[in-house]
Amino acid sequence: MSALLSGAIAFALGCYAVASVLVVIRLIRGPRAQDRVFALDLLYFHAMLVMLVLGIRHRSDTYFEAALLIALFSFVSSSAMAKFILRGEVIE
Amino acid sequence: MPLAALLLLPFLGSVLTALLPTRARSELAACAGFVSAGAAVWVISLFPRVRDGGVIRETISWVPSLGLDLVLRLDGFAWMFAVLITVIGALVCLYARYYMSPEDPVARLYAFLLAFMGAMLGVVLSGNLVQLVVFWELTSLVSFLLIGYWHHRVDAQRGARMALTVTGAGGLALLGGVLLLGHIVGSYELDVALASGDRVRAHPLYPAALVLILLGALTKSAQFPFHFWLPRAMAAPTPVSAYLHSATMVKAGVFLLARLWPVLSGTELWFWIVSGAGMTTLLLGAYIAMFQHDLKRVLAYSTISHLGLITLLFGLNSSLAAVAGVFHIMNHATFKASLFMAAGVVDHETGTRDIRRLNGLIRSMPRTGALALVASGAMAGVPLLNGFLSKEMFFAETMFFSAHPSVEVMLPVVATIAAIFAVVYSLRFGYDIFFGPPSTDLPRQPEEAPRWMRTPIELLVLSCLIVGVAPTISIGPSLAAAARPVVGGTLPEYSLAIWHGFNPPFVMSLVAIAGGVLGYLWLRKHQEQGRLQDAPFVGRLNARRLFESALLGLTRLSRRVLRLAGTRRLQTQMFTIIAVALLLALLAARGVPLEWGDRDRLPASPAFVLLWVIGAVCAVGAAVMAKFHRLIAITLMGGAGLVTCLTFMWFSAPDLALTQIVVEIITTILLLLGLRWLPMRIEGISRPVTARDRMRRGRDLLLAIGAGSGLAALSYAMLTRPAPHSISPFFLSRALPEGGGANVVNVMLVDFRAFDTLGEITVLGAVALTVYALLRRFRPPPESIEQPHQQRAFPADVVTDLVKPRTAEDAARGYMMVPAVIARLLLPVSVLVAAHFLLRGHNEPGGGFVAGLVVAIAMLMQYMVSGALWLEARARLRPVRWIAVGLLLGAITGLGALAVGYPFLTTHTAHVRLPLVGEVHLPSATFFDLGVFAVVVGATLLTLTALAHQSLRAHRRPTQSPASSTSEGTS
Repeated sequence: MSALLSGAIAFALGCYAVASVLVVIRLIRGPRAQDRVFALDLLYFHAMLVMLVLGIRHRSDTYFEAALLIALFSFVSSSAMAKFILRGEVIE
Repeated sequence: MPLAALLLLPFLGSVLTALLPTRARSELAACAGFVSAGAAVWVISLFPRVRDGGVIRETISWVPSLGLDLVLRLDGFAWMFAVLITVIGALVCLYARYYMSPEDPVARLYAFLLAFMGAMLGVVLSGNLVQLVVFWELTSLVSFLLIGYWHHRVDAQRGARMALTVTGAGGLALLGGVLLLGHIVGSYELDVALASGDRVRAHPLYPAALVLILLGALTKSAQFPFHFWLPRAMAAPTPVSAYLHSATMVKAGVFLLARLWPVLSGTELWFWIVSGAGMTTLLLGAYIAMFQHDLKRVLAYSTISHLGLITLLFGLNSSLAAVAGVFHIMNHATFKASLFMAAGVVDHETGTRDIRRLNGLIRSMPRTGALALVASGAMAGVPLLNGFLSKEMFFAETMFFSAHPSVEVMLPVVATIAAIFAVVYSLRFGYDIFFGPPSTDLPRQPEEAPRWMRTPIELLVLSCLIVGVAPTISIGPSLAAAARPVVGGTLPEYSLAIWHGFNPPFVMSLVAIAGGVLGYLWLRKHQEQGRLQDAPFVGRLNARRLFESALLGLTRLSRRVLRLAGTRRLQTQMFTIIAVALLLALLAARGVPLEWGDRDRLPASPAFVLLWVIGAVCAVGAAVMAKFHRLIAITLMGGAGLVTCLTFMWFSAPDLALTQIVVEIITTILLLLGLRWLPMRIEGISRPVTARDRMRRGRDLLLAIGAGSGLAALSYAMLTRPAPHSISPFFLSRALPEGGGANVVNVMLVDFRAFDTLGEITVLGAVALTVYALLRRFRPPPESIEQPHQQRAFPADVVTDLVKPRTAEDAARGYMMVPAVIARLLLPVSVLVAAHFLLRGHNEPGGGFVAGLVVAIAMLMQYMVSGALWLEARARLRPVRWIAVGLLLGAITGLGALAVGYPFLTTHTAHVRLPLVGEVHLPSATFFDLGVFAVVVGATLLTLTALAHQSLRAHRRPTQSPASSTSEGTS
């Protein structure tokens, strides 16, 4: 792996980590429940990106599959929460 | 393996009958009858091999590494019992066909009867003492089910419970005794135990072992003071009483006495306990039996008395008496079973069992009457019937008994008195109901029983007669074979002749019969004048009442202990548990050096540290918020879970990460579903925080920090050490060559430890069913029953696509459309992803568990966007079937390996070349994994939809009026 690539990976991971910290501040502070749900959704998004980058670092397909799972299903938990906020119950 | 097949046969028959239609009486009776008759023929055909003291032994190795074997052993004595069990079982099956009414679910009865037969055969065939106890407990359990057969009747419930409590407690004592015995002997093998009688009797633990074993035997055989359960057990259907509570199960106690006679008998202690209990029971049972008015209760108390007689015989420490005991076991089984059946016929034909109401039945049912008379003659000990012979032997034993001078005089007197009582109650049973002026006020007009209902009685009575008239030819060889192992190999001199000359035993018989007839006439005269309706002197000494007050006291005591030592407050419980755990860990730390290991550490990367900070913040935040704001807590938990996934990923555990992601999502949905039903936090009831509160909180915080950081330090210390005896190299090296897969985790799950997995998915299915069953009865708290406030307060005229429009205004217009389209498009994609994970799981990360969760998530998404009613009207999901199919698939795959001669659940991997697709890696484990997949889908859906259905039911309940139901119908 070239030094450039590994440097870029480290930089990207660092960026994601910082971004996640910012998101977590929103997750903690709120103030509304909607903000928190949105923050969690964004956190999932970051996790997906981290996995993709890790996949590049470790040269493995499996990371992409985990990212795929998050991409497909992270919105399920977000929308469950959204539905809960909106309607008071998840399944009517 | 003739014995293993014999033991298995009734159990297989039990399963078969349980599967037949429940009211197909004739088919069920035929099936059960043929199974029992087949077993009977099988047993009888083994006679030549046990005739001259031979023993058939079979050992099935079970867990050879632990020295656990199933030992089956048949000697003459066990043979005799096996014949009784199977032959009487077959007759009872035939009898029950006519006794049970067409409305009764007889499949259950036959299944239990056959299961009981198997359990009882297990008791008599056991060659291992612990194995014997297991089957012994099984007979108690099946007996419980059989007594409670008519489970809507209160007396059946009470009787069943009492029988189970008494015999089950006895079984527990027996287990203790057997363990002690095994400890003394050094082996649990029956053969070893039988050979080391002298050593056992000389051992200091002998009294303890003896008392415990006798507790088991005496409770089972309903001996004083544990006799009270047997009359209550008469709530069972009569075929059951005839089979279990006269012929076989209650004989298990005396079976055990006889079985261990060579080991345990011959001591003072044995004599006093066994013969003391036997003598008391003999006298007391016969005495109470005289005053009973219910036919079955007469027989029950007489059974108690006869069992007492047998116990007394075994307690006398004389081998001749033991032979008489064995003989009386056979005789009593035949005549008492036939008497029970006759009582059942009378009950069946007249509708009552009250002796006072039944009279002159001989005119309407002459054949049954004749049979009952002969059988009660045998019970009374009338010459030329089998009961006479064994009773004569008993009298002889009491006469010539000469070990204890004080008992020498008492014993013959007691025997004669008990025999007089026996004649009295036999006359009440036989003479009272069949002779005299015919009664007119019976619930049903009596007539002769059906031909085949009488057949079992005829056969039994015939054998009473044959044995009574020609004992040497008919029963001689079997008795010799049966008694030889009991007395330890060498039979004493005895004679089975009918006429021994005019000797003391014969005089005792004469006295008994004459005294009995006189006593009967005297009793009848008094009873006709309304006196002596209940047994005098013992009415107050009610063992049942003692039993019940003992139970009550026990319950009170345990409640008091619980109140002293237990608490219902979760906080106190958690505090205690964690404090104790911390204390133990600190104590353990004294023995182990507290230092970090010397494994190479990975360098900390800043990004990862930040990730962990995020995770820790989320976790702590979730813990803080759990009390004040649940939704925030769930959101934060999602964050913490996500960081866990990333950590797994970071350290190259992709399969864990895959699983963790889907589990996180499912958990979030589950928690949100549950959150709906939790009551709102009530504001404004908080009292001012006192100093004491602050102290308590500070204490809890300290404890939490201590335990948490301790655990963290512990796991760090673990991780920094190389694992000394790791099993991972073993699996890593063998997964591909022996399991045929490159994904070691999956190969472990579906191949190396597949049996564990099978157990786990079984548990998973059971848990899901339990959740479902519990939630069916769930009643939400009143403050949660109402609709969530988001669904209320809308005007009436708004068109909406919401599933349950509460006449919506604000956000109600079409806002589910976009998610619905996405979710429905997602479904096939998810199934594809699941199939991908499932099929390649054997070689790369994935497998049935992840695939199942993926499908479950996709389905739950449909629930969320479309609503339960909409979805279930269009797609029948049937989660219970998914579970069932999955479990079957797993089991069948495992059995497939067995069928081609490999151990259970061995994987075979085939590589198939298909057109277009190319080479396909197709291990048989895929089918097993498919089973895991199906169970996971079913269990997840069942659990979560059970919660979701609460809102359907909760809404329906308050709106019972037709107007509101039509408004719901428009959805």
